[in-house]
Amino acid sequence: MSLFSKKNKEVFTAPLGKNNPVTVQVLGICSALAVTAQLKPAIVMGLSVTIIVALSNLVISLLRKTIPNRVRIIIQLVVVAALVTIVSELLKAFAYDVSVQLSVYIGLIITNCILMGRLEAFAMSNKPWESLLDGLGNGLGYAKILVIVAFIRELFGSGCLFGYRVIPQWCYDHGYLDNGLMLMPPMALIIVGCIIWWQRAHNKDLQEQ
Amino acid sequence: MNTNKNSYTFIYASIVVIIVAFLLAFVSSALHNRQQRNIDLDKMKQVLASLNVRDVKDAEAAYRQYIVSEQLLADNGSVSQTTEPYKMGADDTGCAFQCSTADILTKRPVYVAKVNGQTKYVFPLYGNGLWGPVWGYIALNDDRQTVYGVYFSHEGETPGLGAEITNYEKFQAPFGGKHVMKDGRIALTVVKNGNVKDTEFEVNGLSGATFTSKGVSDMLQKDLQAYAAFLNAETESNQ
Repeated sequence: MSLFSKKNKEVFTAPLGKNNPVTVQVLGICSALAVTAQLKPAIVMGLSVTIIVALSNLVISLLRKTIPNRVRIIIQLVVVAALVTIVSELLKAFAYDVSVQLSVYIGLIITNCILMGRLEAFAMSNKPWESLLDGLGNGLGYAKILVIVAFIRELFGSGCLFGYRVIPQWCYDHGYLDNGLMLMPPMALIIVGCIIWWQRAHNKDLQEQ
Repeated sequence: MNTNKNSYTFIYASIVVIIVAFLLAFVSSALHNRQQRNIDLDKMKQVLASLNVRDVKDAEAAYRQYIVSEQLLADNGSVSQTTEPYKMGADDTGCAFQCSTADILTKRPVYVAKVNGQTKYVFPLYGNGLWGPVWGYIALNDDRQTVYGVYFSHEGETPGLGAEITNYEKFQAPFGGKHVMKDGRIALTVVKNGNVKDTEFEVNGLSGATFTSKGVSDMLQKDLQAYAAFLNAETESNQ
């Protein structure tokens, strides 16, 4: 079977669209609320999760035939925690600024349900290459939603994008105000809800009978 | 092989944990020096930021250029130890280059700087925000009363709200020119946004980040109070 067969492409692209981990599988919502007040941390978080889901999917898939069934969740957790710690240590040594940016979020990756969800649902029963693709796809699907939510929140919440002011001063002079609610976690949930609504309205496969 | 046997499960789990433990220990010790160096360089940048020297490329060179000496103070405000820049704590006598609250309250480290020929004193600060620690540096002019500049940072305050204490224009710049002491007590305070009454001592807090603003305020009061004798000494001799 070729590396980029139709099935493998499907494994990679489905999580970006109609099997998105956040809007369809409803995984990883908690961190989607926490890190999306600004675009920059959202992007860094999205990329970190992508790398870690992909690598842990690969490792677990390589080990899948040897893992004792009764302790499989613990083994998965150990692998994920070890990878997160290594990535965090490497960042501190080689990209200190980024690690300061991430600070607490990097620890949050361990508790991201996408990781356990993908390991349990995919990596435990599929070959390493497919698992790697599945991890990349799911990570990027997660990152995509984070970026959309963060874009809306930062734009309307503080009038900025990447920390640079984009709403011109004369809007404020004429009575425009930033929406403080946008910066609160509940607003992230509402935006995610709207994205889910939009996606379901446009995709027949996702509608319940 | 039967992967469901108890013995297999035990052995498997043990081996995985041992491998992971060795791996992490190796990564941690292999990278430790490099990480410590990064932390030190970052601290230097923070001290320099409080002196309004921002966006430096070579932090160590700039630090040696601006910082004259590092000092520890005794209880009565006199200097108990003076060291070269970036030497503090090197021989375990002083506080480490990175200061905790206990270090600040007991050892009272001061960074003495010269900016454009004028002496500035930089004091480390460490306190609690809403979600975790907040810290910073405050630079005073040689009258030991007027704020020259400040720098604040945090571990995990809410982005867009409490995390805005790192924002120079919005939060840090207004500290410049404020005064620190009034009647022998630290009077520099962060108040609720828009409630500044006494422009000499009060700074606007951040709306939506009441606890972080209060944390910064408490940190200033508590940590600077440790230096009260030092701050007062000069004013009396000036009079």
